[in-house]
Amino acid sequence: MTATTSTEQDFAPRRSALYAGNTRAVIHRGFLATRSTNGLVVLSGFFEPVFYLLSLGIGFGALVGTVQTSTGQEVPYAAFIAPALLAVSAMNGAVYDSTWNVFFKLNYSRLYHGMLATSLGPLDVALGEIFLALVRGAMYAVGFMVIMQVFGLNLAWTALLALPAVLLIAFGFASLGMAITSYMKTFNQMDWIAFIMLPMFLFSATFYPITVYPEAIQWVIQALPLWHGVELVRGLTTGALSPMMLVHVGYYLVMIGIGIVFTTSRLRALFLK
Amino acid sequence: MPHPVISARQLTKTYGDFTAVDAIDFDVAPGESFGLLGPNGAGKSTTMRMVGAVSTRTGGELSILGLDPNQHGPDIRSQLGVVPQQDNLDQELRVRDNLLVYGRYFGLPRKVIAERADSLLEFAQLTDRAKAKVDDLSGGMKRRLTIARALINEPRILLLDEPTTGLDPQARHILWDRLFRLKERGTTLVLTTHYMDEAEQLCDRLVVVDKGRIMAEGSPAALIREYSSKEVLEVRFGSDKNAEAALSLAGVGERLEVLPDRILVYSDNGEAALEAITRLGLEPITSLVRRSSLEDVFLRLTGRSLIE
Repeated sequence: MTATTSTEQDFAPRRSALYAGNTRAVIHRGFLATRSTNGLVVLSGFFEPVFYLLSLGIGFGALVGTVQTSTGQEVPYAAFIAPALLAVSAMNGAVYDSTWNVFFKLNYSRLYHGMLATSLGPLDVALGEIFLALVRGAMYAVGFMVIMQVFGLNLAWTALLALPAVLLIAFGFASLGMAITSYMKTFNQMDWIAFIMLPMFLFSATFYPITVYPEAIQWVIQALPLWHGVELVRGLTTGALSPMMLVHVGYYLVMIGIGIVFTTSRLRALFLK
Repeated sequence: MPHPVISARQLTKTYGDFTAVDAIDFDVAPGESFGLLGPNGAGKSTTMRMVGAVSTRTGGELSILGLDPNQHGPDIRSQLGVVPQQDNLDQELRVRDNLLVYGRYFGLPRKVIAERADSLLEFAQLTDRAKAKVDDLSGGMKRRLTIARALINEPRILLLDEPTTGLDPQARHILWDRLFRLKERGTTLVLTTHYMDEAEQLCDRLVVVDKGRIMAEGSPAALIREYSSKEVLEVRFGSDKNAEAALSLAGVGERLEVLPDRILVYSDNGEAALEAITRLGLEPITSLVRRSSLEDVFLRLTGRSLIE
């Protein structure tokens, strides 16, 4: 005899175990909660790339003059690093939200315990939280775009397409960031994220062309996500479109897919064990 | 029993080599108030998590409202209210928003949630704190808000894991009163506790669990009848003299339990037992006759106190 025949079954099951189709409830919660977050913390992530643009782009740029992009175009130094910093600002926003915020909710506020005791599934929670991280990344990026426009660093109309491109970048980092955070148990481990992010930020053809490296190192850089984001955005803001952009987009699509599958299975393992 | 709303057969949960819940059987009838009584680490919370469809069983059968939680977790959870042992209120939201947002997790329409939130705030005696920050509430208020939150989906079963642990006596009594009202309204309550008085107040029926197993089952009164005497005489001779005195007490009452700080004499007539002791020429420093409680049942079944 199975257990289901021993008791009364009086309502029809309709939801899957992973997904209740109710991501909007998680997003709604996120927007309500941002009312109580500290605005200064939010803004610091935005200003970091802006400061880099001012000091390096304007100051250092006066010494450098022009730089050749990977498509062979000569552009002013500020216009060379600005799209890279735009990609970085999207990354920062997404990573901040999907790592520190998620870490706190996982280990301290027990928010996800409460959510997953309702009819929400782990995929609802994962998609909702990733979406919120993406919104933060997008907000940083739009602000940065405005600054670029003011300084005349958007060289072509295709710069408009950089907006959906940075959304893609934010989405990629948010989904993978949340998956990685689900393994973190201590603050020390969280420091490792910064330890990886900093060199990736400095060396991903952000401040100079990748051709300065020996070929072996170029391969390593090209395997990392930020390089693809930098190249994609730089191509769009300088107006140098190339078929390689499809590869960059593909890279992020795969990253998003892996991140979501990974995060969902981790939330399931953590909370429904 | 009418069709049970919860039915467990040989329900088992292991973590590696450790068996947290060891092949337990129980049923809970609709409208019943059912308790799991046991010390810390007995497997109560693990059982509650399996019933709450947030933990997958290792073995046996489990049916909640006729559904298997392995297949229908979200469906089952939509019919449950959960009050976890550790408060997990949303601290980034204000009191009333906690209820509104939680209702949305169940996919309920905003209008319905708003109406329920107001009446639940009243039920939880928190109407005047609706806009307060969660952090500014007292422990008892947080618990009441957690219970109100658990009721937002009008659950058919309310699961409470040690609802009053850590609360002061006044806050406990307010909470018991609220839970008793729910019980009167016909909500099925399943609660864990290690307080005997709580189990006696709230539970129609309970199981005593220890080390993942069910030691006994019945109503509080029936358990006391079966495993203890009507009254208990507690005598103290001083910490180092209790064991020695116990030797001379053999034959007084139905049974003796020697604890480090006192001796418990189980007898249907405590005063008579005390007289018998004085006739033996022994003079306890203090003596107390009281009614038997579930604590005595637990001591009898496991040889240990509930709270150690």
